[in-house]
Amino acid sequence: MEMYTEILVSFFLVVAGIFGLVGSFGMLKLTDTMQRLHAPTKATTLGVGGVLIASMLYFGLGKAQVSFHELLITIFLFLTAPVTANFIAKTYMARNIKPEELPASEREYGWAVYDDPPGRAEEDFHERERKGRN
Amino acid sequence: MALKRIFPHPLLTLVLTFVWLALVSTVTLGNLILGFAVGIVVPLLTAPYWPDRAKIHYPFRVIEYALIVLWDIVVANVEVALIILFKRNANIRSHFICVPLELTSPEAITVLAGTITMTPGTVSATLAADGQAILVHCLHTDDPDGVRAQIKNRYERRLKEIFQ
Repeated sequence: MEMYTEILVSFFLVVAGIFGLVGSFGMLKLTDTMQRLHAPTKATTLGVGGVLIASMLYFGLGKAQVSFHELLITIFLFLTAPVTANFIAKTYMARNIKPEELPASEREYGWAVYDDPPGRAEEDFHERERKGRN
Repeated sequence: MALKRIFPHPLLTLVLTFVWLALVSTVTLGNLILGFAVGIVVPLLTAPYWPDRAKIHYPFRVIEYALIVLWDIVVANVEVALIILFKRNANIRSHFICVPLELTSPEAITVLAGTITMTPGTVSATLAADGQAILVHCLHTDDPDGVRAQIKNRYERRLKEIFQ
């Protein structure tokens, strides 16, 4: 492998390592769960992204074979990481944050963690009525 | 339309074929046929799950959007890293920010929520019960209105053009 390819690959690996480390350090340092959620998003984006770019360069420039696996990993990560973060946020909010502590949704309906979606409340009402009659 | 019945979702067929080829990583006629078979069978089987699927109006705007998001991810990563490393915990001012939405299609809102979470510094926490506002948690900002304006102008406006 040529010198400049090696330098380029190492550069991306080091960048990825730094961001992975800062992300983990953030998990330790930050104090509440909502703040801690920000740390893994960094690790999955630039941390993993750097390794994937390095891998693509290594195979593309060094071994002259194009590899699409890195691209797929990126796509799958970008699809799944926000969903996990959202689940954690919602669970934490439902258990530890009262609706009064949040800014108002400025609409008829409150936030979905605490309030039923439109139509749901009436449905429940009809169901209760039906059950009451039987 | 017979063609419509075999390919109810041509884009999904194309994507699945490409993903299959990328997974096996070698393009041969056999793999192409196998991938294409997966691309035909999966949309037929999953059709009941997307009755009113979103239409993408400007495919090239999707590429523009992806590039903007990638760039923002890099910039925001550095910003958040600096906050984590050099700001004392007492000085970090986290905010919940309510962003009213003009987007209506569930797919567009999902993409926006994903974008907000993937750009470090902001995490989408929950939607309003009627889906017309999104609650965003911001790690550190002195200007919550600025963050709201950035989400609306930079991401939501573009998604609106793509999906509506």
